[in-house]
Amino acid sequence: MKVNIDNHPVYIATGNKDLDPKLPSVLFIHGTGQDHTIWVLPTRYFARHQRNVLAVDLPGHGRSGGEPLVSIEAMAEWVVKVLDATGIQTAAMVGHSMGTLVAIAAAARYADRVRTIGLIGTTVPMPVSEPLLSSARANSPDAIEMLTLWGHGASAHLGGSATPGMWMLGGGKRLMECAAPGVIYTDLNACNEYVNGLKDAESIACHALLILGQSDSMTPPRTTRKLTGALSDSETVVLEKSGHAMLSERPDEVLDQLIRIV
Amino acid sequence: MAKPTTFSLDTLALHAGQRPDPTTGARATPIYQTASYVFKSTDHAASIFNIERTGHVYSRISNPTNAVLEERISALEGGVGAIATASGQAAIHLGITTLLSAGEHIVSSQSIYGGTHNLLAYTLPRFGIETTFVDPCDHHAMRAAIQPNTRLVFGETVGNPGLEVLDVPEVSKIAHEAGLPLMIDSTFTTPYLCKPFTQGADIIVHSATKFLSGHGVVIGGLLVDSGKFDWESSGKFPTLTEPYAGFHNLDFVEEFGPAAFITRARKEGARDFGACMSPTTAFHILQGMETLSLRMQRHQDNTRKLIDFLQQHEAVEWVNYPELPEHPNHELAKTLVPRGCGAVFSFGVRGGRAAGQRFIDRLELVSHLANIGDAKTLVIHPASTTHHRMDTEALEHAGISEGLIRISVGIEDIKDLITDIGKGLRASQRG
Repeated sequence: MKVNIDNHPVYIATGNKDLDPKLPSVLFIHGTGQDHTIWVLPTRYFARHQRNVLAVDLPGHGRSGGEPLVSIEAMAEWVVKVLDATGIQTAAMVGHSMGTLVAIAAAARYADRVRTIGLIGTTVPMPVSEPLLSSARANSPDAIEMLTLWGHGASAHLGGSATPGMWMLGGGKRLMECAAPGVIYTDLNACNEYVNGLKDAESIACHALLILGQSDSMTPPRTTRKLTGALSDSETVVLEKSGHAMLSERPDEVLDQLIRIV
Repeated sequence: MAKPTTFSLDTLALHAGQRPDPTTGARATPIYQTASYVFKSTDHAASIFNIERTGHVYSRISNPTNAVLEERISALEGGVGAIATASGQAAIHLGITTLLSAGEHIVSSQSIYGGTHNLLAYTLPRFGIETTFVDPCDHHAMRAAIQPNTRLVFGETVGNPGLEVLDVPEVSKIAHEAGLPLMIDSTFTTPYLCKPFTQGADIIVHSATKFLSGHGVVIGGLLVDSGKFDWESSGKFPTLTEPYAGFHNLDFVEEFGPAAFITRARKEGARDFGACMSPTTAFHILQGMETLSLRMQRHQDNTRKLIDFLQQHEAVEWVNYPELPEHPNHELAKTLVPRGCGAVFSFGVRGGRAAGQRFIDRLELVSHLANIGDAKTLVIHPASTTHHRMDTEALEHAGISEGLIRISVGIEDIKDLITDIGKGLRASQRG
């Protein structure tokens, strides 16, 4: 579906279902340089299982218009505007990577709108290395190469896709190549500059599920202690041998975990 | 901070798509010789059917052994995904029918495999899909052949039988300017010699029967999607950008983004046309692909040495190969296929049709048959076999001289090859 927010068209994948205010809702937030297509499997699952699904394209991403938002806080305000625009009072918010920071910031600010949060591949703070930032600033293909290769666990570099016939590195890279110039840098910089994340996490009352990849070199599980320490009600699941791209590396295990909270 | 690295083509040819079997520990890819798969529950079944979970339903649509092969070729070509098919012809058919419908049109290189020519020139028109054939080196003609209803540009990396090197960067530019994808048959070159996606191609097809396998024991094809073509901006591909009634109004681009084409090809084409590969065939092709780099280099080395020999031989009138300076695409070949132009070439035996027949009949090591890409050296004399009904004039029109021999150079010891072919050439002159 399409709605209009701040005078820009916004695309929301709903699993081809009309929204029903009586049903529980889940809002999916993608990561750096990506779009709603990373959520295709859970979108279709939850839409068939009596959930309102809102898999958004953030501004300037995928099919949404406007410029990419420059801070995590602005993105958090924006996803709540999505709830407003679609008539949804509360939703589970599930993010991947940068999207997890948006879910944290939204849950901290709008406790009455966020039922629970699912954080897939997360850590707070989420610093971005200078070589990656500078490559992204220059719109260099190196940035996409780094995000793709670091973003997949060592095992995924040899394949073994759960989805028959798909080459995960190729798919991940191609999706980011679709991002307009400047989008990846803006996203990475927003992650890098989100310095109040732990403070936000401390103020979250709802349940948080962290889904981490054992071989994730971008948000390694060992770096999440500060975040889990700040959250008052959290649980952590570590997916064996998975890297950061868990939605393509371990799609079914991710879905199984999300079913518990969504 | 060091730049991230990943595996090279040689390593991916051995490993991509397969890890040791988690249940049995089997190191080799198991052959999952099964038609169907047990669901855990009715909801599990529904979720796989509805693309909510991964998994297999029926081996016409996907199979775990085939999936390894599909992933491996995607890794080697740099694509997003692939589908293994019953043959190379089936791969081309699947690619075309995923995109085109009756009333639409293809622009194709005229220098293509005879089987593909038959499909495009005679069979697809029965279903309302027409093709205009053009000289692959005449880019003006290619551009001029594009019509409002054109939906695809097609060519081979190295053409057949003239060995024209397709200028993929230029031809892809022509196609893309018209909002069309470029489909490339890369059978002759394999990803070891040429990676068309890096040059602008959008879809690759292979006859995996040939160099990818190397052993000549199975028939198979592969359709590979680069994920690069912008179907939506083109506005010419409703099969990918409009709701599909055959799958609950699924809009493939909207839901699968860069994987739209290959997903539609599987969810519709593999399901409905059914030209699937046997898992045992996929296993055999995987065995061949493990040694792709070693074999292709040997094919290439032998080809160059054999050409040197033939060029010196008094019974040989001419040799046609893009690496030779006199070939019209010599400079282009150096740029686009720098590792080599492959192991298929043609040469002319002095003395015409009869001499060509005597050459073939004298060979002992080299096999006379209608195939290419075997690890064994293969030859064919078109004037006395595939084109035997043609008179001299008709042969000339087809670009085939009476003494033309097409050879697919194998990986035997080059000394033995030269000995056998030398005997054949001497016999050819004893008429």
